[in-house]
Formats: sequence, structure tokens, C-alpha cells
Amino acid sequence: MLFAFAFVCLGLAGHVEPVLGNTDGVTSIFRPLSQPAQEIKETSLLVLAICGSIFAVVAGLLVYAIVRFRHRAGDELSEPPQVYGSNQIELAWTILPLLIVFVLILVTSRTIADIQNRKPPPTAVQATVIGHQWWWEIRYPELGIVTANELHVPASDGRESRPTFLKLQSADVAHSFWVPLLAGKTDLIPNRENLMWIEPTKPGTYPGNCAEYCGTQHARMLIRVVVHPPDEFERWAREQQQSASLETNAPEGRKVFFANSCVNCHTIAGTSAQGKFGPDLTHLMSRQTLAAGAATNTTDNLRLWVRDPQKIKVGCLMPNMQLTDEEVDQVVAYLQTLK
Amino acid sequence: MINEALLHPNVATTEWKLPSSRKVAIVCLILTETCLFSIFVVAYLFYLGKSLTGPTPREVLELPVLSTICLLSSSITIVLAERAFKNERDRLFKFLWLLTIVLAAIFLSMTAREWHTLIYERGLTISTNLFGTTFYSLVGLHASHVIVGLCLLLLVFIFSLTGSLTQMHRERIQMISWYWHFVDAVWVVVFTVVYVIGR
Amino acid sequence: MAIQEIALTTSRAPGISLVDRLHGLVVTVDHKKLGLMYIGTALVFLVVAGLMAVAIRLQLAVPNNTLLEPEVFNRFFTMHGTAMVFLVGMPIIAGLGNYLVPLMIGTRDMAFPRLNAFGYWMFVFGALLLYFSYLGAPGLNGHGSAPDVGWFAYAPLTGRAFSRGHSTDYWILSLLLTSVGSTVSAINVIVTALTMRCRGLTLMRMPLFVWMMLVTNFMILLALPSLSAAQLMLLVDRYLGGHFFDTQSGGSAVLWQHFFWIFGHPEVYILIIPGFACMSEIVPVFSRKPIFGYPIMVGATTMIAIISFGVWAHHMFAVGMTSVGNTFFAISTMLVGVPTGIKIFNWLGTMYGGKIRLEVPMIFCLGFLFQFLIAGLTGVMLAVVPFNWQLTDSYFVVAHFHYVLIGGLLYALFAGFYYWYPKAFGRLLNRKLGLCHFWLFTIGFHLTFDTMHFSGLLGMPRRIFTYDPGRGWETLNLIGSVGAIFQAVGVLFLAINILRSLRHGQRAGNDPWDAWTLEWATTSPPPVYNFETAPVVRSRRPLWDVKHPEDPDWKYEESEN
Repeated sequence: MLFAFAFVCLGLAGHVEPVLGNTDGVTSIFRPLSQPAQEIKETSLLVLAICGSIFAVVAGLLVYAIVRFRHRAGDELSEPPQVYGSNQIELAWTILPLLIVFVLILVTSRTIADIQNRKPPPTAVQATVIGHQWWWEIRYPELGIVTANELHVPASDGRESRPTFLKLQSADVAHSFWVPLLAGKTDLIPNRENLMWIEPTKPGTYPGNCAEYCGTQHARMLIRVVVHPPDEFERWAREQQQSASLETNAPEGRKVFFANSCVNCHTIAGTSAQGKFGPDLTHLMSRQTLAAGAATNTTDNLRLWVRDPQKIKVGCLMPNMQLTDEEVDQVVAYLQTLK
Repeated sequence: MINEALLHPNVATTEWKLPSSRKVAIVCLILTETCLFSIFVVAYLFYLGKSLTGPTPREVLELPVLSTICLLSSSITIVLAERAFKNERDRLFKFLWLLTIVLAAIFLSMTAREWHTLIYERGLTISTNLFGTTFYSLVGLHASHVIVGLCLLLLVFIFSLTGSLTQMHRERIQMISWYWHFVDAVWVVVFTVVYVIGR
Repeated sequence: MAIQEIALTTSRAPGISLVDRLHGLVVTVDHKKLGLMYIGTALVFLVVAGLMAVAIRLQLAVPNNTLLEPEVFNRFFTMHGTAMVFLVGMPIIAGLGNYLVPLMIGTRDMAFPRLNAFGYWMFVFGALLLYFSYLGAPGLNGHGSAPDVGWFAYAPLTGRAFSRGHSTDYWILSLLLTSVGSTVSAINVIVTALTMRCRGLTLMRMPLFVWMMLVTNFMILLALPSLSAAQLMLLVDRYLGGHFFDTQSGGSAVLWQHFFWIFGHPEVYILIIPGFACMSEIVPVFSRKPIFGYPIMVGATTMIAIISFGVWAHHMFAVGMTSVGNTFFAISTMLVGVPTGIKIFNWLGTMYGGKIRLEVPMIFCLGFLFQFLIAGLTGVMLAVVPFNWQLTDSYFVVAHFHYVLIGGLLYALFAGFYYWYPKAFGRLLNRKLGLCHFWLFTIGFHLTFDTMHFSGLLGMPRRIFTYDPGRGWETLNLIGSVGAIFQAVGVLFLAINILRSLRHGQRAGNDPWDAWTLEWATTSPPPVYNFETAPVVRSRRPLWDVKHPEDPDWKYEESEN
């Protein structure tokens, strides 16, 4: 009956929202597809083995003690031998854990050094990730690219090592960059620059989350790392470096966009829209999702978002611009030219 | 019943001395307050040199020599007052205790003067920069403890005037003096950190 | 001379009205009443914060659920954490200490009874202030309600710019109030234990419970100021334009984290050591043997306390400290695990060779042993910094600390509850209901928190109000939410047990468990003055000496020296 009650509650409460930023893929830290996640996994397995053994031994002794020394009915009168302790035993079970700790420290410090002390090789891609409430600004200074919410990197196949080194900064509060299949997490903290690196080996899309509570929409500050084969990455970069075309086949939408205060927050490269508060929209349509993973990048969702962002991501900092339905359609048509 | 079974000549007649409750309590209080001040001192030291704008400590701080002398002397006068109280020299005790209060009041008024100068003439407020924030917080925390101590001292003085203070209260007076010594010791640290190291 | 006739007073005093009884509680300075009031108030907040947890679990049971809006959810997990630590954990410690320490050391009351009452009422007002935030916090434009910044309130999210209205202010002020309560209670317990022991009760003859309360309360004195200082600094930032944590003016967000965790890590040991205290009293009695290695237990507890002040940055491994810093804190964290493990081994050694009676308190102790072992091991895993980089701020950590706090501390407190309830109320709790409580709660606990380890390993971060399907988290969360219901029902059985036992419970007598420490030498419940004559003791187990005059402990202890 309790189960029924619980399920009724869940049924009444949970209805899936129509606009999903659906991510694909289970992100187990034990199925890494990149360094340093791979080395972390190897260290972790060793640690798990050690801890598992400790558990087996101690729990085994506990079970044995409970079973063997259980009070038997009828044996009421006598108390067992009153043993107060044993210095030798205490010494033994102090020294053994200390030895285990020693081993763990060696393993730990080695892995820390491997990961934290790596210097970027000349082939490395350099990117800066800036955390905002609740989206990711991504810049490639050497490539002259600014984008949002998707970090594109080349894969390091056997031939050439091409890691991506990230500088992590924040424009407001503390965030954390976590893509479990690629690396451990590192925080983005205002007034501080942190460094991390990834070196994925397999092309694909790797989902991740912001992992430091940053306010209302922390749950919907998703990050995607898109790993390309090396030549495809070059192609992506070239496309991203293009400014938006001044010619457009959605002139009404562009007029609406530039007439409203959209330009105060958003940048469209090559135009007079140079706002820095919100994501760069120059290549909006090259991205898989909207609003940092809150919704997939479809026409319907884009329409919904432009009409009232609060419907998709309540509390987000993009206001409802009070556009008419016609204006919404026009703006969406324009945005969809930003490939 | 328990006592008979346990009563052993060894136990019953040997001395059973336990520390004084009041002393242990004041030591605990001083311990916890020390931790509180330590965090503010750490913050002060951490932010030295990190202000994005001026003024800097060197530009606006002057060594508060006179007020320090007053405060530290008050530790001496309070010890003398205690001794007078123990020796039942009532008028001497009242005099020295009052002197302690006066010295504390002088310290506070000179601190207030210093702050007035800093705020209105030197342009340093708690919101000016990191130095201002940490300075006023640390010195202010200390000053608030001086004020509390001053209130305690005044209370004792008033009781002594109304004749309510007897030798029964000797330990309580001693505990207040211990608190007072603590406040002075904190000032030594604050003085060193803010006016010596910090500049 | 006329013989005077004096009418004998009847044995039944006229009934006290409810108003008089409540008034009695308001003005009491009796450590036993205040102890029970601390615990009773804490249990109320346990239910409130527990229901918030159930709501959180219902929201997370399915992906993209809309049971709780994001802002409501964020307030719920903040209030759940804050309330559980400060309004449940801390007062239960204060309550247990206040109730039992004077009884265990054979004295009449605490050193400062009025201070005791003051501490309790500060706690109550602080607690009420925290929940009053739902009503009082809306500021400009209606922003603000209960705090929604997480129980550790990282900067700069708590700054004026990002935390509008007064939510954060309520978080600060209510905790400053409760901290005053905790501090004075700590001073009171320390002074009592050090200066009011009955004749013969040397420090090394104190029950381990008293030792651990002493250590815990010293830790409170040293750790709580760090939180209070940081909160005062935050108030300066929020109201006086200060820049302690204002990153736009050069302030450091990481400094808040350091100050918070310098408090926060010792705090979790402050929470668990009283659990160890209950274990160290109960396991020996139900194994029918003295605690194995008493001096080592004292030493290990002290070592834990000392080392725990040097591990705080293991909550900050992802913040970007240098490899040297990370390694240092990894080492210290692993080291603090060693004395903790030693204690587990000593409890095991106590059971070994004993005659274990599986009464309800002991059954909860056994649950503690298994679960705390696991919790400690996941703690060791988290100390391995690179592993931590994947696990921190994920549900693995949530699982770890709930394992420690529920699987460990709460089980030990349940054990203590079943063990000392007869002393406090004169009646035993029902064994069958106790077993129902145990099994339902244990099933629920494992459903919820075992699965949580896996959602963490699968990449689920903390403090998210919802999640998308397809990450592999759905089934685990659903199972976890079902577990919450089981735990709630388990606690319901405890409530029923208490209510029934108060009326119909079997009378306990002085010493229902055949135990050995001084609290069992007086009536159940004890009279106001605790002991008719002040006890005189000669060993760690005074009642064992009484019951076994042919083999008293003091013979062994004195030969030991």
C-alpha cells in the first residue's frame, strides 16, 4: 500500500516537460574516453580494491563475532571473561592501517602530479571557459572564436597528441566544470583563474554539468564537449571564425532583433550587436541545444524561448521581451539564419 | 548501598581536589574568543596588499602609542586593584578599579578619535577597499570586547559603591580581570599585526 | 504537654495543570529537563527537515519532474541541510550531554544551571528565526524567502548582488544565535566534567561517554568561532559595504570556503563523536565485557579531534589548490581515518569473546558498525584527490555523508535513545516495535543511500532540482525515493513506540540493562537531586564493582598502573 501511495504521488507530481535538452549517453566515470579521466579511473580501481578488501575483512570479523559470541539462551548466570585490552593488538591494528595509508598517499600524490603538473604542448588547443549564471561562455583566443555552451575540441588519435587546455574563470558566482567521461571537475571562481586539460581520444558528444551550486538554474547549466576528428575540428573552427553575413533572407526579423535591446546582451559578429552579457549568437544554429542544455535547438523551442525564456528556464536572466507573435516568428526566422 | 561497598579507606580520606569551575569557564571563554579573533587576524593578513584602490595602511595609519599605553597600563592597575581587594584595602581597591575604568575609557575615546580622522579626513571607511573592511572589522571587534569589559568593570564598581561587594566575590573579580587581560593581550596582537606588520 | 498531631501528607500530590507544567519547563534550570527539552526540540526539527527530504526525493524520483519549482527545491535542500546540522545534530548533542554527564559523574546538576537554560532558549529562538525566514525574508520586489544558498552558503552567491532579499541574513542571524547556545552549552559541559566529578572519579575513570563529550565540546569551542567570524564578515559585506568576499573588489570567494570548512570539518566530527560516545557505553553492556582498550579509545578520540582541524580543505580539492596543497590535505585526511578505524576495531574487540545480547540498542549499534565502516571507507576514497575530482560535488558525496550521519550517527543516537529512554521516563520501549523501526528504517536507508553512490559514479551532480533522462540516473533516483518512504515509516514506528510506552510501557526500574555506570545507580527517572548521597567510586565501572565484589575492576585497574 505504501508503494501504491508513493507511486500515486509520483504520478500526480511528475509530468515531463515538453521541451527537453536531451543528452545522450550514460556518463560513468569508469568508462572514460579521455585523459585525465582514464588515469583517475585506474587510480580509483586500485583504491576501490583496497577499500573493498578492508571491508571484507572487517565486516567478516563483525559477522563472525556476532554469530560466534551471541548470548545463548540458558547461559544466564556467568559473565564472559573480562578482557580490558591488549597493547600488542592495538599496535597491530594501528600499524597496518598506517601502511595502507602510506601506499594510498604514494598513489595519490603520483596521480595528482601527473594531472596537475602537465604543461601544454605546442599542439594544444587553448580555450577559456567563463562561467555565467547559467550558461558557459567559451573563447578560443588564438583562433578568434567566441561561442557558448558547447566546447569543441579535436580528438587525440594515435598520431598526434592534441590536448585542450582550459582556463576557467567566472563572471559572477562559483561554478564547476564537470564532464565525467573526460576529466575530474575543476571550479570556476570569480577573481581567480583555474587551469585544467582534457585529451579525448574518441569523437562524439560528451555531456556534463555545472557541479557547484550557483543559484536557481544550476541544474540546467549543462555543458557539452563535442570531440571532432582532427580535420573536422579545423573545419568547425573555420566556420566559427566567420562573421554573420550582412545579407540575410530574414530582414524583418533582423530589424526586430536590432530594434529591441537584444543587442545590449548578445553579440552577432560582424554586426553592431556587441553585447557581452549573454551568449554569442553568431553561430547559434550550429549548436545542439538552447539555454545551456535546457531545450533542444528546434524551431518550436526557439520560438518558445524567444517568446518567454522564463517558460523554459524560470529565473534565468533573459527577460521576456514582450514581442508579438509575429515579431517572435520573424526573430526566429532571423536567428535560424545564424548558422 | 553503593557507598558502603565502595568505601575504601584509600578513597574516602584522600584529598579530592578539583579545579575551580569559574576558572575553567573563563579559560574556555578565552579559548573560544581567541579562535574568533584569529580568523579576523588571518583575514587581515591575507588581504594585506590586495586592495584594488588606496588608501594603504602606510598612508593613513599612525601608531596609537598613547591609547596602547593606557590600555596596557589598565592591566597593571587591575592587578593592583585585585591585590588591594585581597588585602581588604577598600578605598585603594575602589581607586585602582576606577583608574582601570578610566584608562579603558581613554583607550576607547582615542580609538573613536582615530576612526573619526580616518573616515572624515583620510577617506578610509569600511567600504573603501579591502584594507578598510579588514581594519575596521578587526579593530572594531576588539573595541566591542573592550566595551563589554568596560561594562563588567563598571558593574563591579557600582556594586563596590553600594557595599554589595564582599570577599566572597574575590574569585569573580579575578575572572573579570582575567577577561580584561585577555582583551589587552588581543590588543597587543592587533597592534602588531595592523600597525607594525601591516604598514 | 499536648502531643501535637500532624497530618501526614498524602503520597499523591494534586495533579499539576498543563499550564503549570509548561511554565515549569520555561523556568527550569534542571539539567534533566533541559536535556530532554533539547532532544525534544531537535526531534521536532528532525521531522520537519526529514519531511523536506522526502519532498526532495519525490521531486527527484523521475526526470524533469515538476513537483517542486526550482526556487522551492533550492530552499528545501538548503533548509534541510542547515536544520539537520544546526537544529537537530547540535541540540541532540547538547541534550545528551546535559542529561547524562551529571548523572554519569555522580553530581547533582551542571556547573552553571542558569547558563544551561540560557543556552537552550538561545537555540530555540535561533531555530524559530531560521524557519521564520519563510515569512520574514521577502525584501525588495518580494525577492527572498527561506535561504536558498546551500547549507555552506558559498560566496559570492551569498553577496548582496546575488542573494536578494533577506534569505541569507536569516541564515546568518539564526545560526549566530544557535551558535551562542552551542558555545555556552559546551562551556557548561566542559566545566562540569572537569570540576564536578564525584569523589574517586579521576579523569581516567570517567565513562567514555563523558570523555567524548568533553572532547566534542572542546572542538565546539575551537571550531564554531570560524563560522561565526565568517558570518560576521558576510554581514559586514551585506550591510556595511564590506569586501571580505566581494570578488569585484579583490575579495576572495575561496577565503569563505576556507573559513567555512575550518569550522565545517571539525563540525562533522563534533556531530559523530557523540555517536561514538553512545556506542562506547552500549556495546560493552550488551557484550557483557568492558570496553576493549579504554586508554586507547581516549587517545584515539583526542587524536581524531586534533587531526580533524587539519583536514578542512579536502572539501575544496576542486577549487584549484596547488598539487602540494592537495597532497597535504590528502595525507591529513587519510591520517584522521586511522584513529577512527582503531575505534571500530576496539568495539569489535569488545564484542569478541563476549556474550552479545541482541536487544534493540545493540541492534542499532550493529547497524552503526557496518554502516560507519562503509562510510569511513568511502571517506578514504574521497581522500584520494584524483578520485575526489570526479566524486566531489556529486551524489557520491551526498551518499557518503548521509551514510556517516544517518547510517552512523543516527543509528548510534537511536541506540542511545532505546538505551537511556527507560532511565529518563521509567519505562521500557517495546522491543517488537523497536525491531520494526530498525528493519523498516534500514531497508529504506539502504535503498536510498546505496543507490546514491552509483548515481554519483554516473556523473550526477549535487543540488540539482531535476535532471534529463538518458544519463542513467532515473532508476537509481526512483529507488532512492522509495527508500525515503520506508525511512519515514520506520521513524513513525519509533513515534508510536514512544507514545505507547509512556502510558503502557513496562516499568524499567533502576537498571534494566544490568549496566555499570553511575546513572544506573539511581531511580528511573532520577529524582531532581540525582543521587541521595554523593557516590564514591574506585574504578571505571562502579556498579560492576558493586555487583561483583569478588572480581572488582579496581583490582585490575590499579595493577595496570
